[in-house]
Amino acid sequence: MAQILLRRLIQSALILLGVAAITFLLLYALPADPARMIAGRSATAQTVANIRHELGLDQPLVLQFLYYLGGLLQGDLGRSYAQKTEVWTLIAARLPATLTLMAAGILVEVLLGMTLGTIAALNRGRAVDRLVMMSAFVGVSAPQFVVALLLLYVFAATLGWFPMSGYGTLSHVVLPALTLGLLGAGWYARMVRSSMIDVLNQDYVRTARAKGLSGARIVFRHALPNAVLPVIAMIGIDIGQFMGGVVVVEAVYGWPGIGQLAWQAIQQVDVPIIMGVTLTSALAIILGNLIADLVAPIVDPRIRSH
Amino acid sequence: MSASPETVSPVLSVRGLSVDARTPTGLKRILSDISFDLKGGETLCLAGESGSGKSVTSLSIMGLYPKASLKIAKGEISLLGRPITALPERQMRAIRGGDIAMVFQEPMTSLNPVMTIGAQLTEAIREHRREEGASAEHLARQMLDAVHITDAARRLTQYPHELSGGMRQRVMIAMALSCRPRVLIADEPTTALDVTVQAQILTLMRELRSEFNTSILLITHDMGVVAEMADRVAIMQNGRIVEQGDVLDIFERPGEAYTRDLLAAVPRLGALAGTEQPPRVSKTEPFIRTDSEPVLAVSGLSVSYGAKSGWFGAKQKAAPVVDGVSLAIKPGETLGLVGESGSGKSTTGKAVLGLVPFSGSVKLDGREIGGLSQSAMRPLRRAAQMIFQDPYASLDPRMSVGAAIAEPLVIHGIGNRSEREDRVAALLRRVGMDAEAASRYPHEFSGGQRQRICIARALALEPKLIVADESVAALDVSVRARVLDLMLELQEQMGLAYLFISHDMAVIEKMSHHVAVMRGGRIVEIGTRRQVFENPKDDYTRGLMAAVPIPDPAHYRRA
Repeated sequence: MAQILLRRLIQSALILLGVAAITFLLLYALPADPARMIAGRSATAQTVANIRHELGLDQPLVLQFLYYLGGLLQGDLGRSYAQKTEVWTLIAARLPATLTLMAAGILVEVLLGMTLGTIAALNRGRAVDRLVMMSAFVGVSAPQFVVALLLLYVFAATLGWFPMSGYGTLSHVVLPALTLGLLGAGWYARMVRSSMIDVLNQDYVRTARAKGLSGARIVFRHALPNAVLPVIAMIGIDIGQFMGGVVVVEAVYGWPGIGQLAWQAIQQVDVPIIMGVTLTSALAIILGNLIADLVAPIVDPRIRSH
Repeated sequence: MSASPETVSPVLSVRGLSVDARTPTGLKRILSDISFDLKGGETLCLAGESGSGKSVTSLSIMGLYPKASLKIAKGEISLLGRPITALPERQMRAIRGGDIAMVFQEPMTSLNPVMTIGAQLTEAIREHRREEGASAEHLARQMLDAVHITDAARRLTQYPHELSGGMRQRVMIAMALSCRPRVLIADEPTTALDVTVQAQILTLMRELRSEFNTSILLITHDMGVVAEMADRVAIMQNGRIVEQGDVLDIFERPGEAYTRDLLAAVPRLGALAGTEQPPRVSKTEPFIRTDSEPVLAVSGLSVSYGAKSGWFGAKQKAAPVVDGVSLAIKPGETLGLVGESGSGKSTTGKAVLGLVPFSGSVKLDGREIGGLSQSAMRPLRRAAQMIFQDPYASLDPRMSVGAAIAEPLVIHGIGNRSEREDRVAALLRRVGMDAEAASRYPHEFSGGQRQRICIARALALEPKLIVADESVAALDVSVRARVLDLMLELQEQMGLAYLFISHDMAVIEKMSHHVAVMRGGRIVEIGTRRQVFENPKDDYTRGLMAAVPIPDPAHYRRA
């Protein structure tokens, strides 16, 4: 176990290094000049050059990257160009909001997806099944900003059940979490449905029926634990997908998380913040996968013994 | 069996049961007018080949048939005189697992992989006997003791994958009997098990029948199992019971032609005692072996799987699956390779075709194949072909039969299109099928026909050696007998050498000139068929042969 963890740790470090290098290169290739952005349109070439020198942007790219890595190794993500604050301080302040949103979003997608998928599987071929699968299809295909606007229009503007935007109470979380989770819910509904149909045809489900167990017990005790196994692995991978959604959802709902921070930073070409947020996201994905791998053996004894 | 069956009213009675299948073209009768009685403490065997309706009958009794596709058209099933066909689901559930319990064919998949043995055992006990917590667990432990599983307390905390197939089937039986059912339905309970394990399970079932006073409805295709287990037998064919009665009567004086055919097709161990050769099936001149050089010569063959090196240099050396195997087969001869699951016989078959990496020497048609590259191996592949176990899975469903047979020719660049078509037609006739079958698709054929197609495909390159890995294991006995005869005929006419891999002693006896018995990756005994079958030297070989059920009920009555 310790060996596996150590191996994962080394792999994770390599992944983070790769992410840092690629993001750095991409930002460098961008046809926007951070120094010009900071100096403003009316600034002279000399001012821009001074700022560029101040930020170390006149150094060769390799050197810039090595400096950045050096800082990174000491836990220093650098300072924001625009806000002059430590990037880590900015991210740390916003992380709880984003984590709350993500947890709520995953909850929505898993609960909704599993419930709908199970209902569809149990009613395979009937109208309920077709209805669920159709909604799932819509959920998967609808762009998140459209879903967001729709939810805002119906539940905030028209019905007034939930606030339009903001952060702090439970009712603030509902609409953003729904927006974030609906896409994945559609995914999971389809996945759980096919996995569930597969499991319901397994011999051990027939054994359970031959024991005279109730339908509910067969579904919840025998079928569902087997049907969710592929879903657990999926959730870990999914967190990457999620980060993209977080940026959109935080922007639409004015949610003060790191997605919003990234959104502002991109507009200002605030390289350290973009780098910081990207690395944080990469770390989140790595942790998500690690957690999924650690949870899988708890649910599936066959993995445990290997 | 204490009370005499005649005086007791039946525990389970089936009267005029007919079942329809819903098909796109309307209802189709798949079970017609099934009637039988199962008396207290009695074992009734439903015997028949695949598709005869045995399993549909048992699932109908349990109310477990797929209601979306099947429908009970008429008939009555009663348990202790109480009709149960139209019972509401709630009451049916009390019967299922309570009064009637069931054991299935596949012990490997019939237990839930994510629940402990204990949880699965106590579940039924809690459901039907209203025992809770500690007392349910106590009962579960008693049941494991009853099916002779040692260390019961620890087993309860284990998961199915930690148990062997035989042990899982014992757990299934413990589960089924835990609620003291009046009737135990066992659907091919030993078909997936090794023959020595099968013998243990059958003994256990006989023992428990008297201990628990349960009647057994045993469903099987194996007449040996029928002979060993049944008091009475019902022979099924195409959804009907063609004949039923006392097992001794049926085996001695079968009334129906089908029953006679079925019994005649059963290979009997020892049927060929005193002869050197497999039975001759064709009238051709025997193939004359001009060269005495073996087609296949194997020496010191070893295979290990899963040897891997870790990231941190921790090299793991896996135990060999095949360990130092040596054998030789001459043209026109068959070497029967027999052993139980995990003995390494299939791996040996793959290794001699160069399909898995191995160490040691394998000479095919005089040429060493060890260390050959894929491209150097290709011309040699013509000399040896393989026929697999599952004729359903080994043909591509989207490829016409003709294309499947012609594929090896295409791969080896033999002939043009029309030449290949002629060749395919000739091959199909050769295996006893119509040439027009070439344009049809695998799903249109039965299992036996598909296996013939697979044989035709294997023959396309005119190989000298055919490795047949459990090639008839998935076929019904009557079909199996015909496929075996075809293989013998082809051998006589073409001088083929067979490496015939099987777990079935009787089939091996019928097919082989020489026999090798494998266990744990090693050959424990090798010799001519007469040596091995008539005078086995190794205890393991003797055990294997003793475990084979004998298709003669009188044998067991005497015992």
